[in-house]
Amino acid sequence: MSGLTIYVPRDSAALAVGAERVAERIAQEAAIRGVSFGMVRNGSRGLFWLEPMVEVSTPAGRVAYGPVTIDDVADLFDAGFAEGAQTHPLSLGLTDEIPYLKKQERLTFARMGITDPVSVADYEAHEGYAGLRRALGLKPEEVVQQVLDSGLRGRGGAAFPAGIKWKTVMATPAAQKYIVCNADEGDSGTFSDRMTMEGDPLMLVEGMTIAGIATGATKGYVYIRSEYPHAIATMNEAIRAAEAAGFLGENILGSGQTFWLEVRKGAGSYVCGEETALLESLEGKRGIVRAKPPLPAITGLFGQPTLINNVITLASVPLILARGAEYYRDFGVGRSRGTLPMQLAGNIKHGGLVEKAFGVTLRELLYDYGGGSASGRPIKAVQVGGPLGAYLPESQWDLPLDYEAYAAVGGTVGHGGIVVHDDTADLSKLARYAMEFCAIESCGKCTPCRIGSTRGVEVIDKIRADNKRVEHVILLRDLCNTMVHGSLCAMGGMTPFPVLSALDHFPQDFGLVVPDRKAA
Amino acid sequence: MSESDELAAVRQVLIERAEEPGALLPILHDVQDALGYIPPHTVTTIAEGVNLSRAEVHGVITYYHHFRSAPAARHVIQICRAEACQSMGADALLAHAELRLGCSAHGHSKDGNFTLEPAFCLGLCASSPAMTINEEPHARMTPRSFDALVAQYGDCA
Repeated sequence: MSGLTIYVPRDSAALAVGAERVAERIAQEAAIRGVSFGMVRNGSRGLFWLEPMVEVSTPAGRVAYGPVTIDDVADLFDAGFAEGAQTHPLSLGLTDEIPYLKKQERLTFARMGITDPVSVADYEAHEGYAGLRRALGLKPEEVVQQVLDSGLRGRGGAAFPAGIKWKTVMATPAAQKYIVCNADEGDSGTFSDRMTMEGDPLMLVEGMTIAGIATGATKGYVYIRSEYPHAIATMNEAIRAAEAAGFLGENILGSGQTFWLEVRKGAGSYVCGEETALLESLEGKRGIVRAKPPLPAITGLFGQPTLINNVITLASVPLILARGAEYYRDFGVGRSRGTLPMQLAGNIKHGGLVEKAFGVTLRELLYDYGGGSASGRPIKAVQVGGPLGAYLPESQWDLPLDYEAYAAVGGTVGHGGIVVHDDTADLSKLARYAMEFCAIESCGKCTPCRIGSTRGVEVIDKIRADNKRVEHVILLRDLCNTMVHGSLCAMGGMTPFPVLSALDHFPQDFGLVVPDRKAA
Repeated sequence: MSESDELAAVRQVLIERAEEPGALLPILHDVQDALGYIPPHTVTTIAEGVNLSRAEVHGVITYYHHFRSAPAARHVIQICRAEACQSMGADALLAHAELRLGCSAHGHSKDGNFTLEPAFCLGLCASSPAMTINEEPHARMTPRSFDALVAQYGDCA
């Protein structure tokens, strides 16, 4: 192999636009031309409008080309792409200098798209396993203290301080404890968990191993949704590689510590993203929400103390250990510390992953990064935080993205998903969809969610049909109030958020008279 | 495959998963991967294997969208119905697919070659609308690219 390395992503979103065929064509074309090269199937950098984005190593750094189709490959070779020439129209210059990427603060996603996802050697060459090595030299309580001091809060959506959970599991005596990674990333507009598992899975393996050592758990499960077959395959590959290199299993790096990791596949139930429903599912039951208490940290999987965290929460831990809690905590604002990988999706020109410290505004994300809508029409509403998040009108796009600022306006940061709708969107239809989705996915355990969602669809239909419109709006608000306060989990408790925000900010879409602000 | 062959395959799965805690979901996945669905006549055998009642196993199979009690067609198409895909025309894509395949969502195409299913989020939200065919992802779909894709898997009209 010569020094030439060509990178073609293996991320699902790259595969979905032809990366596999592009990789094959590059290999064929190189063979015909007698060019010898090494190919790395990296993760995606998260610049999805440029996928498949092919990179070539050069002495000056990696040079990117995209979006590359199979018809471009011969032309690229003609234009000297194997030598890193930047004359071809698809040339994007040095990857690191692409503004979308350069302006980010990539802590968790620092290796994303750079390394071979399943190569332990490559991972170690890029600060991988530095966190675990440090953790092995600390007492469990010192590791937990690092997580506490970092200010890390659960990135799954509920934003509970991660260190408190870790401390509870550590302090609860039991013969067997578990680490469970919630990789049931079911929210529309979110894909950072999928990217992590496909693009840097060893980071998650390392984070879970550190969690096991800190809390005394020797067994971990990654519960991945069935909609993510590529993530499941890559995680399994990474686990085997970590085991083979002595980073997983018995006597990790000669420390005497043991931690085993296993992937479990979900089966297409949205509510299994709720932590107690997920535990039920892992136990082989219907994924129905458990009443809390007891907390999973005390009585969790198979009745044992269980640390359950989201993918990004656990994946943030290696860096916190490697560089220290202060380093991580110094990013962010208020009580929202560190960074959040935000996901720009839907009707957006430059959709992709943007990792920034908390405090960035939606407007910056939508225009400075996203480049406005994909359709070229005005952006009307932005749903932040998944299908249970509020629809934010333009008047709220200058709020700093942080947990407290969003909660103050009835919004939610959630898992960092941002879904953009242009002015053709009908918010009453989207509100109806939120209720319908809840009706389909409700686990059925509590009445407000199970019955309320079905009634919600009916009431919205009546409003849309102008059947006693004003009276039914009052009824809908009443119903939402019952669901918010009476539901057992976030499924029923938050479904009213998109519904009420649509009603509050876009009354005209429900056929209601828009309040005259001047008169008020 | 005959019913007794199906039962034999189920028993093999039960043996392989015998030691695993909370193994019902992995067992159901294995059975569906091996047979293409979970035949109703195998439910009693599965229930005995995991020491649960037949009703409990039936409850698990029917709770999860992923498990099927009847075979799918040769090719399974899933079209994402989530908000991000909706914002880029997923409703129109699904309507086109229904017309093209001659069936509604959850149905089989006229020629029996395709099963059409709605999905909620395939994690391709920045490249919407998205779909999968036999679990392989396809993004930035249009009615035209849908027709071209489906044609690669055989005619359906």
